Amino acid sequence: MKKVIMGNHAVSYGVRASDVRVISAYPITPQTQVVELLSEMCANGELDAKFIAVESEHSALTACVGASAAGSRTFTATSSQGLLLMHEIIHWAVGARLPIVMSNVNRAVGPPWSIWTDQNDSLSQRDTGWLQIYCESNQEVQDTIIQAFKIAETVMLPVMIVLDAFFLSHTFEIVDILEPESVRPFLPPYRPAKKIDVADPHSFGNLASPSEYFELRYMIEKAMEDSREVIKRTDKEFEERFGRGYGVVKPYRCEDADYILVTSGTVASTTRAVVDAMREEGIKIGSLKVRVFRPFPFDEVIATLSKAKRVGVIDRNISFGHHGIFYQEVKSALYGRTDVPVTGFITGLGGRDVTPPVIRTIAEKLIKGTNLEPDINWIGVKI
Amino acid sequence: MIEIRTHGRGGQGAVIASEILADAFFREKKFVQAFPAFGVERRGAPVVSFTRVSDGEIRERCEIYEPDHLVVLDPVLIETVNITAGLKPGGWIVINTNRDMCGSGLCETFRVATVDANSIALKYGLGSRSAPIVNTAIVGAFAGATKLVGLPAVLEAIAEFVPVRKENNMKAAEEAFKSLIVASKR
Repeated sequence: MKKVIMGNHAVSYGVRASDVRVISAYPITPQTQVVELLSEMCANGELDAKFIAVESEHSALTACVGASAAGSRTFTATSSQGLLLMHEIIHWAVGARLPIVMSNVNRAVGPPWSIWTDQNDSLSQRDTGWLQIYCESNQEVQDTIIQAFKIAETVMLPVMIVLDAFFLSHTFEIVDILEPESVRPFLPPYRPAKKIDVADPHSFGNLASPSEYFELRYMIEKAMEDSREVIKRTDKEFEERFGRGYGVVKPYRCEDADYILVTSGTVASTTRAVVDAMREEGIKIGSLKVRVFRPFPFDEVIATLSKAKRVGVIDRNISFGHHGIFYQEVKSALYGRTDVPVTGFITGLGGRDVTPPVIRTIAEKLIKGTNLEPDINWIGVKI
Repeated sequence: MIEIRTHGRGGQGAVIASEILADAFFREKKFVQAFPAFGVERRGAPVVSFTRVSDGEIRERCEIYEPDHLVVLDPVLIETVNITAGLKPGGWIVINTNRDMCGSGLCETFRVATVDANSIALKYGLGSRSAPIVNTAIVGAFAGATKLVGLPAVLEAIAEFVPVRKENNMKAAEEAFKSLIVASKR
């Protein structure tokens, strides 16, 4: 059924459609409504799940670890400071090979306090072994939550679904809400090969000596590599059933483009409107949304960008002492494979609005090619 | 695309007004988007929210700087906030007031409609005398003045989005729809 709902509730409906059994979360702006609606659904019986209220995000994810190890389909939601408080257990969930799904609303990290969007919170968890998928619409958010459980339970790695604060979390738009009945054939109940079971005891999270730990890390990376095909297969099957697919990247008017802007999150959506406006003026420009960030879509990024004359990467984040993080990733993907020049642009930190004129400024700088800093071009900074 | 900016104060229901508007247009088969400019979430503080309406997919995910129309829940904001910033000439300004707004100079450039949403809200028991909740009445007035969206769609949207006193909120919208005054000379 189509309804006008907010991005946070799109997360909740995705969780409802996925027959999740255990939810543990701690409220934090701007993701609070995710948990509010889920707790209502648990209370009124719409969702047959145990809702575990806790005193912190660290405990929330720890409760999910226990529930997932006991064989339950498990979900949590957080943002910014809450995600950072989870950090120890973020690693734990990967090492324990638990298919937990989490939504993170991108919110800038304090101090100074901010509730507005940027990507530094989720990107600071880049190297933990969670799959990361960045969304741009409420429909994509709901659908990706459902896909995420299937992907996670196939490769036995946790998945983080990421959405921008306010520009998605609090934006109301039309969503085709999926019912659990229609999703069940796509996402059957979770049946782990091993789980905590007093009738069939095993050790979990035990000490691994140097003769074992190395191989377990290798297996995590192997699972991450295997997830590439699983993500594509899952998206294809989802599209066949529900008529909507998203790809690991989304190229837009890139076939003959001389200039390509690499984007993520809601900026990807706004950028397409700018691409169309500039195409009307005869400028050969396109855009490439990176949807799946971990595992990084090397093949798709290389294939799309290597034909361009110049590539610009828009980052709503900064790795202090290095560059924008998507910029680093794109440059490293292209290194040794193509000579296309890549330039980094940083904008929109702490929720500063990324409007069509901001994106056009970036595009025009890229096309002109003069007075460009090689790695970081700050757009809109008032210093 | 139609872009609407709503100005109000925390507690008046400006954010929900923008959502009801979006939902009403959705019921008339439009693509819609509504969201608040999140700032200080305090009762009485100026609040801004946005609604986009289109025949096709809406891709712009940023605030509205050049709105086609304005909805104003508190007339005092006209003196304290530059509410007409970026408003396109000829655009509608739908204001909650019992005063004649044409002395303000607004009517020279814009189309102005007024409605006494405070009195309507109080008549139907919405909010208190010091803090009437005027969002449903002003949305009814917007539909009546601009004729961009029909009253039945507005009433359905109110039933969907207003958690309590649905009937009274719908009556308030209907009364505002009928009692608004087009003040503009244009």
